[in-house]
Amino acid sequence: MGNSLFQGEDLTCIRGGRTVFLGLSFNLAQGQALILEGPNGSGKSSLIRMLSGLVRPKLGKLLWQGQDATKEPEIFQSHIHYIGHRNAIKPVLTVLENLAYWSGKTKDDPSLDDALDHFRMLPLKHTPANLLSSGQSRRLTLSRLLASERSVWLLDEPSVGLDVASVALLEEVIKTHRSKGGSVIFATHSPIHVENPNRLNLQDYSPLYNKELLAIENDEESWI
Amino acid sequence: MSVFHRFANPNRFLKLTNQVLPWVSGLTVISLAVGLYMSFFTSPPDYQQGESVRIMYIHVPSAWMAMFVYTSIAIASVCSLIWRHPLADLAAKASAPIGAGFTFLALATGSLWGKPMWGAWWVWDARLTSVLILFFLYLGHMALMHAFEEQERGNKAAAVLAIVGFVNIPIIKFSVDWWNTLHQPASVMRADGPSIDPSMLWPLMIMGVAFKLFYIVVLLIRIKSELIEAKLRKYRRAVVDKAH
Amino acid sequence: MKAFLNIVSRDLRLALRQKSDLTMAVLFFILTAMLFPFGLGPEPNLLARIAPGIIWVTALLAVLLSLERLFLADYEDGSLEQLILSSTSLEVAVLAKVLAHWLTTGLPLILAAPLIALLFNMDSDAMTILLIAMILGTPSLSLIGAIAATLTLGARRGGVLIPLLVLPLYIPTLIFGVGAIDAAMNSLEAGAVIANARPHLLLLGAILLVSLLITPLAGAAALRQSVE
Repeated sequence: MGNSLFQGEDLTCIRGGRTVFLGLSFNLAQGQALILEGPNGSGKSSLIRMLSGLVRPKLGKLLWQGQDATKEPEIFQSHIHYIGHRNAIKPVLTVLENLAYWSGKTKDDPSLDDALDHFRMLPLKHTPANLLSSGQSRRLTLSRLLASERSVWLLDEPSVGLDVASVALLEEVIKTHRSKGGSVIFATHSPIHVENPNRLNLQDYSPLYNKELLAIENDEESWI
Repeated sequence: MSVFHRFANPNRFLKLTNQVLPWVSGLTVISLAVGLYMSFFTSPPDYQQGESVRIMYIHVPSAWMAMFVYTSIAIASVCSLIWRHPLADLAAKASAPIGAGFTFLALATGSLWGKPMWGAWWVWDARLTSVLILFFLYLGHMALMHAFEEQERGNKAAAVLAIVGFVNIPIIKFSVDWWNTLHQPASVMRADGPSIDPSMLWPLMIMGVAFKLFYIVVLLIRIKSELIEAKLRKYRRAVVDKAH
Repeated sequence: MKAFLNIVSRDLRLALRQKSDLTMAVLFFILTAMLFPFGLGPEPNLLARIAPGIIWVTALLAVLLSLERLFLADYEDGSLEQLILSSTSLEVAVLAKVLAHWLTTGLPLILAAPLIALLFNMDSDAMTILLIAMILGTPSLSLIGAIAATLTLGARRGGVLIPLLVLPLYIPTLIFGVGAIDAAMNSLEAGAVIANARPHLLLLGAILLVSLLITPLAGAAALRQSVE
């Protein structure tokens, strides 16, 4: 461990003319788990989207293995897997077809069955996705993590809609992933237990919650 | 923490604008007065069209401006997308209604001019038709710019549209000319051909300059008011934040 | 290339399983074109003369109707984010989506066009040119339309915005598409049909090439903006 894999320096995010967070830094090593904490609106989703490269930071740097990747998110995008609030599931395709499409594999690839099995979705393999419950849909989405084989997982509220047993499956999968040297960053409101995680509280970087930052923001000369 | 380039500092820009604005405004008023006087009183009536030729002094510069402003928007859009310069977005946003106004003026005066010349308010003349399509490009640009909750997204989407539109303008112009010659053999007389008499050319040129200056004045005022509005929003927010 | 085919085949499969989407554009095309004889009277010569314009205008409107759904479903269910994050180049992905759109919208329109041409008394020479013109022109409609579809993602009243953005850009295709058939119908000798329509067809081809260049760039830029 210790070796830095993914790093952020002085990240700042502005949305709709409002600073969501500023001066945020983090460091993620191989095998680490980083939990993003903070109340609603403190910018957890924004940060995860920024780390996926979907949103560019207004200020600050993103480094992948020490290399500046702020302007070229492609450098790290092939190593991460992002799961947002939405499941990206096509209702008219079957469970297997949905999974095969996003992992870029053919339907007979055994690793797909394996991934589905980890989330107890194998019996539903040929079911059209429009028949899935919201928890089952979420499990299908999560099984993409195993099928796509990326080293850094970015999970935004991964356990929404999951029952206790399914959350345990997710915890198990994260544990295995880390034991193989994989890393995970996630934001959650319901508890997901992982071993010795690092924590980042976004409240400390949000002008909404931190009066000092608010003063900086309001004194700033550029007011566009 | 400086989010933007040095020269994008709105205070610096505002200061510069305030210095330049009175001079440009003065020049605009003078050139407009001289241009209008020459167009209406010193230039001769046309031997075929009579007094109605004077519409040309408004119509032709408006049509020039319609294209000129669209070009400016396209250039600002390129700056906005490549350098992400906030002033470029403001310039494009402030220009669009002015350009649309000039385009509408060109269409309205063209129609007024058409009545005595062609005996109809509207003829599908190649130039008028091209200007009409340009007017729709403006409307689309403005509608797209204001269609989003988040202004930033509207600015960027409108910038892409402006560039696509600009690339398409020569194609549209060419196709409309082609279509027009097919359906309507060149019977339409053109007043603004190359063989224009100096007594008409001078007022036309002065009006052209006056319109450009007018554009600059309105553009600066509009950008200024946008900046002040942003400042106000920020102060209001600071007050709300304090109250929390 | 594999990713390109992957996207095309997925979109085709989606369209085939939601058959209503597939038939809507063609049905609109045929029904709208059939209204004109009722509005203008059944005089065969008149109908034959205006047929090229009617077929092109209604085809254009049919494509317009189908544009909103081109990227909207992917945008709303989160697929678009995954597409942007995937290793596929977004420009290639846009072209793949457009090809799938053309196969499910433009191609059925081309297949239905001879039927309408028959109803409007069009002769066989003109019909041949109509088909060539549509093969060259309808892909441009999909390509140009895709730009508007990507730009309006997340907009209020996106469905109303698309026609406003797209119609000015469709005019050249309409002009040359109709021009080609008009030229064919106006040629007196049988051998001159192709020669007369040729310049129009070449210009339609040129528009297609320009659209093929612009759409991937503008579309990919707009898609990236839409998820930011």
